[in-house]
Amino acid sequence: MISIKNLKAKIDGKEILQGINLEVNAGEVHAIMGPNGSGKSTLANVLTGHEKYEPTGGEVIFNGKNLLDLSPEDRAREGLFLGFQYPVEIPGVSNATFLQTAINEIHKYNNEAELTPKEFLDRMKEKAKVVGMDNSLISRSVNTGFSGGEKKKNEIFQLLMLNPKLAILDETDSGLDIDALRVVSNGVNEFRNENNAVILVTHYQRLLDYIVPDFIHVIYQGEIIKSGGKELALELEAKGYDWITNGEA
Amino acid sequence: MSDETSIKKDDLQADEKDLINELTDSEYKWGFVTDIEEEEFPKGLSEDIVRRISKIKNDPKWMTEYRVKAYKHWLTLKEPKWAKVKYPKIDFQNIRYYSAPKQKEQLESLDDVDPELLKTFEKLGIPIEEQKKLSNVAVDAVFDSVSVKTTFQDTLMEKGIIFSPLSEAIKNHPELVKEYFGSVVPYTDNYYAALNAAVFSEGSFVYIPKGVRCPMELSTYFRINAMDTGQFERTIVIADEGAYVSYLEGCTAPMRDNNQLHAAVVELVAKKGAQIKYSTVQNWYPGDKDGKGGIYNFVTKRGVCEESAKISWTQVETGSAITWKYPSTILKGDNSVGEFYSVAVTNNYQQADTGTKMVHLGKNTKSTIVSKGISAGHSNNSYRGLVKIGKHADGARNFSQCDSMLMSDKCGAHTFPYIEIDNKNSIVEHEATTSKISEDQIFYLNQRGISTEDAVSMIVNGFCKEVFKELPMEFAVEATKLLALSLEGSVG
Amino acid sequence: MSVEVKKMDAVERYTASAEKIIARNKNSFLSQLQSEAKVKLSEMKFPTLKTEEWKYTNLKRLLSSELIHSSEIDEITITSDDVEKCKFNNFEHYLLVFVNGVFNEELSDYEELKNEIVISTILKAAEKDKKLIESYFSKIAVNKTAFDHLNLANFTDGLFIKIPNGKILRKPIQILYISDGKGDMTFTPFRNLFVVGENSETSIIQKYVGQDGSKYFNNISTEIFIGQNGIMNIYKVELENEDSYHINKTDVTQSRDTQFNHFNFTFGGKLIRNDINTELDGENIECTLNGLYIGNGNQHIDNNTYINHAKPHSTSNELYKGILDGSSRGVFCGKILVDRDAQLTNAYQNNNTIILSDTATVDTKPQLEIYADDVKCTHGATVGQLDETALFYILSRGIPRDKAKSMLINAFAESVVDSVKIEGLRDEINSLIYEHLNRDNVL
Repeated sequence: MISIKNLKAKIDGKEILQGINLEVNAGEVHAIMGPNGSGKSTLANVLTGHEKYEPTGGEVIFNGKNLLDLSPEDRAREGLFLGFQYPVEIPGVSNATFLQTAINEIHKYNNEAELTPKEFLDRMKEKAKVVGMDNSLISRSVNTGFSGGEKKKNEIFQLLMLNPKLAILDETDSGLDIDALRVVSNGVNEFRNENNAVILVTHYQRLLDYIVPDFIHVIYQGEIIKSGGKELALELEAKGYDWITNGEA
Repeated sequence: MSDETSIKKDDLQADEKDLINELTDSEYKWGFVTDIEEEEFPKGLSEDIVRRISKIKNDPKWMTEYRVKAYKHWLTLKEPKWAKVKYPKIDFQNIRYYSAPKQKEQLESLDDVDPELLKTFEKLGIPIEEQKKLSNVAVDAVFDSVSVKTTFQDTLMEKGIIFSPLSEAIKNHPELVKEYFGSVVPYTDNYYAALNAAVFSEGSFVYIPKGVRCPMELSTYFRINAMDTGQFERTIVIADEGAYVSYLEGCTAPMRDNNQLHAAVVELVAKKGAQIKYSTVQNWYPGDKDGKGGIYNFVTKRGVCEESAKISWTQVETGSAITWKYPSTILKGDNSVGEFYSVAVTNNYQQADTGTKMVHLGKNTKSTIVSKGISAGHSNNSYRGLVKIGKHADGARNFSQCDSMLMSDKCGAHTFPYIEIDNKNSIVEHEATTSKISEDQIFYLNQRGISTEDAVSMIVNGFCKEVFKELPMEFAVEATKLLALSLEGSVG
Repeated sequence: MSVEVKKMDAVERYTASAEKIIARNKNSFLSQLQSEAKVKLSEMKFPTLKTEEWKYTNLKRLLSSELIHSSEIDEITITSDDVEKCKFNNFEHYLLVFVNGVFNEELSDYEELKNEIVISTILKAAEKDKKLIESYFSKIAVNKTAFDHLNLANFTDGLFIKIPNGKILRKPIQILYISDGKGDMTFTPFRNLFVVGENSETSIIQKYVGQDGSKYFNNISTEIFIGQNGIMNIYKVELENEDSYHINKTDVTQSRDTQFNHFNFTFGGKLIRNDINTELDGENIECTLNGLYIGNGNQHIDNNTYINHAKPHSTSNELYKGILDGSSRGVFCGKILVDRDAQLTNAYQNNNTIILSDTATVDTKPQLEIYADDVKCTHGATVGQLDETALFYILSRGIPRDKAKSMLINAFAESVVDSVKIEGLRDEINSLIYEHLNRDNVL
């Protein structure tokens, strides 16, 4: 699905990613962990094309296309989705309008028919149920006045609505109480199937109790320094990052 | 609020730069000059000029006297300097105070109107001809200083509604005009009101009789055409007891290198239980990207509400080099209501100092202020508003919301709320926000498959939504387009 | 000047009291801190009406009162019946009872909790885990006013709670602070120290109740540290009696991804001063400070909040509502500071007051200090009376005046009460509102 080779990137002139290699296939869930400032969020933002992050080397092939050549919106239209660490508020633009525009743009790009209003509404109702969002939240402006938990739920709601091929979820679990964490995880598990893939970027391993990954990668100083199966999370929990980072140094 | 913000250097993506170029290249849409003969006065202002204007307008004697009195008073006044706008001193002797399209005789029907002029209106997208009937809008078009033609007069007459150029109203309804002219904005009010009273050349007069609901929206288009001409129109709207009217005002001017002056006066009177909805889309030429040219727009607008009356101002201000405008409402009668909804957009070197005054005198009077300022480029955008609760205004209530959006790091947004409360039993609420249309916001929309251009228009329209929903439908569409035009690609 | 002399009296009085306390304290770390505080106190003056942060609150009567330190009162009898009457019963909870600042094991009910979290008095904790206390105690209580030093120098013990990482407490902890004292004014300086672990969730109810006929001055300092992704809800319900002074300060430090929700319900007391200071020291933080106060008689209720947005991407919400009757006075000062680095901050503040009589007054002072340029900050303040038209409408349907009034007031208070996340507590608060609106005007 996505093949990342020796990806390097900088922000504000500072090299953050020092050569990331990662292969994600359909049907897989990868978790990327690491201490503060290791480059987790940078990776998510470089892949989706945030202009602040400048790729300086390597290549990323997404569905046979060179991802780094595409504009952010075309990456989205190709089926790449980012669940934002800090979902943005857009006052005056309703969630429904926003999503309808997004879905239709994506369909247009892929030469698919636009959703009829009824199809759109039906999908909204169905997906809203999964994340327990009520109608008032859907008709409200995008993320405006939402609590932290509501914002993160809204990201997952959008994930389900847009149904991308690859979802990168950047700290979607941060700041959530345990009930909200369950809802969010449930939404991601609902999304998973053999045709799509998920990259979870997280600061807290408790997320992995709810979304069980196939692979775990530890990123440190802009490189993946350790990869393993889900058992790696338990090891990390017991020993902290130090045992890996010290070993590396 | 926030001003001259420091932020990292310009790091726009290529496509956003393209958009900026597109904007700076995109010409002022209404910027063309109609080639028709104009009848002009020489430049300069004197008592003689005032009398000549009065004569050419066939003023009755009282009006001529009024003008001269106003002129003499104007001489004693100084230009106001308190607004947060900067401009070179205006040479009032270098302005032409009267300019009219030359016409051979009084026109009876649209067919008699100079075809050049009609073409101009078409270019402006003002369907003054028969299609007007379909859209149910009666239009009084003020071209430079003369009112060209008022459509639909007959239909309105049936209901006893008067909607005519002011000069005609002075002739046909002298008593009515005399009663209300200057009753809300006297010539002593301020510098520009005095100037207007002396040299006003045209305007619109509306009277809705008791209990009549005006069946269509009334509309005036103002356009400044001639070089170095000032435009000084005057609008009077009177809604008698229980009447209702929705009035629209649109403004355009062609591109000129020189600054042109516009100093209008609008007076509204809402009698007991009456309602006036006054909407403006102001799109005077704002000057070019370096700040050259553009209209100086110094306008005095005020309304008086009697018992249980309501006046609602809605304005979308995207044009003019300088906007100085504070549509105000005096809530004189008990239970009267004032509303002010405003979007002011400034780009390049435009300056806007605009807001409202809500003066609560009666008991249980209510006012709502929603102001949205958008600044881009090097522009400066200020909200200046006064909420005054008088001693006897028990139960008065005001809610103000002032939101500013910054679209570059070189523009400024300022909020000056003045609150004066002399009555304990009143509620005044004020909310203010300043935000920035940020890379992150645009990226968020990009990441959902929406292009940058659509993203900007989505964000900006969302920001203005509370105001746009107050506009009559077709104006709202126009306002949305104007906004996109003024701001396209100015995110930085 | 006589005023000057009086002020010196207060400082001397509290310094002298501190000397005795410090002499008895065997913990070297704590007594060292106390000695320093005592010295600072002796060099300070208490705030006056000229002190900006205290300009609406007159402390003269409090500071001129003779007092007796609570540790010198031996005979206090609070029975389990008293506790039953004082505590909230409407929801499941763990119960901790303090009488005049002293923990009462017998009256408390928290067996289960001992296995879940670390809970002890501060003195015991300092003996048991010296390092832990040393790294948190008196670290954020911003030592600015004389009351901070007075509290530290004079406190005898307090409550220490540490929530382990990942611990989700499903039942709230109800802490009942009962005050009782006869004769001279009882002075109880008290401290709480709450250390909240990563990924944990805790709710604490702090209920302050005074026994009838007692006179006292409660001076409380609470410090709360919230570790990454942790959640802490504090419900402070203050029901002191009509002869009491209550000066309370809560200082909070929040790390990234945390939530802190503070609900402040003030019903009783002669003079109440609450300070809530939160430092939002990380990204993605949510902080909610809500309050409801009902003033009557000559009550004076002064609420001060201070929120420091130090890092980007955090949100704070403040909603304080007041209902003032009789000759009561309400004060709300809310300060929000947004540091230069704290871009994309959202800060909302609202203060609404209803005045029910001609002699009640309110002072409200919102303060926004913003150094970042991409933020959303709003503040609103309203002062008004009950809507006469609505009242008349209800009366005209045959509903008696007191019921009609409380219907309208309940509607006014609803947005604050509804933010309470414990259902049973919401009901308790609603009945307290009703009770306090309809108390006699004899206060």
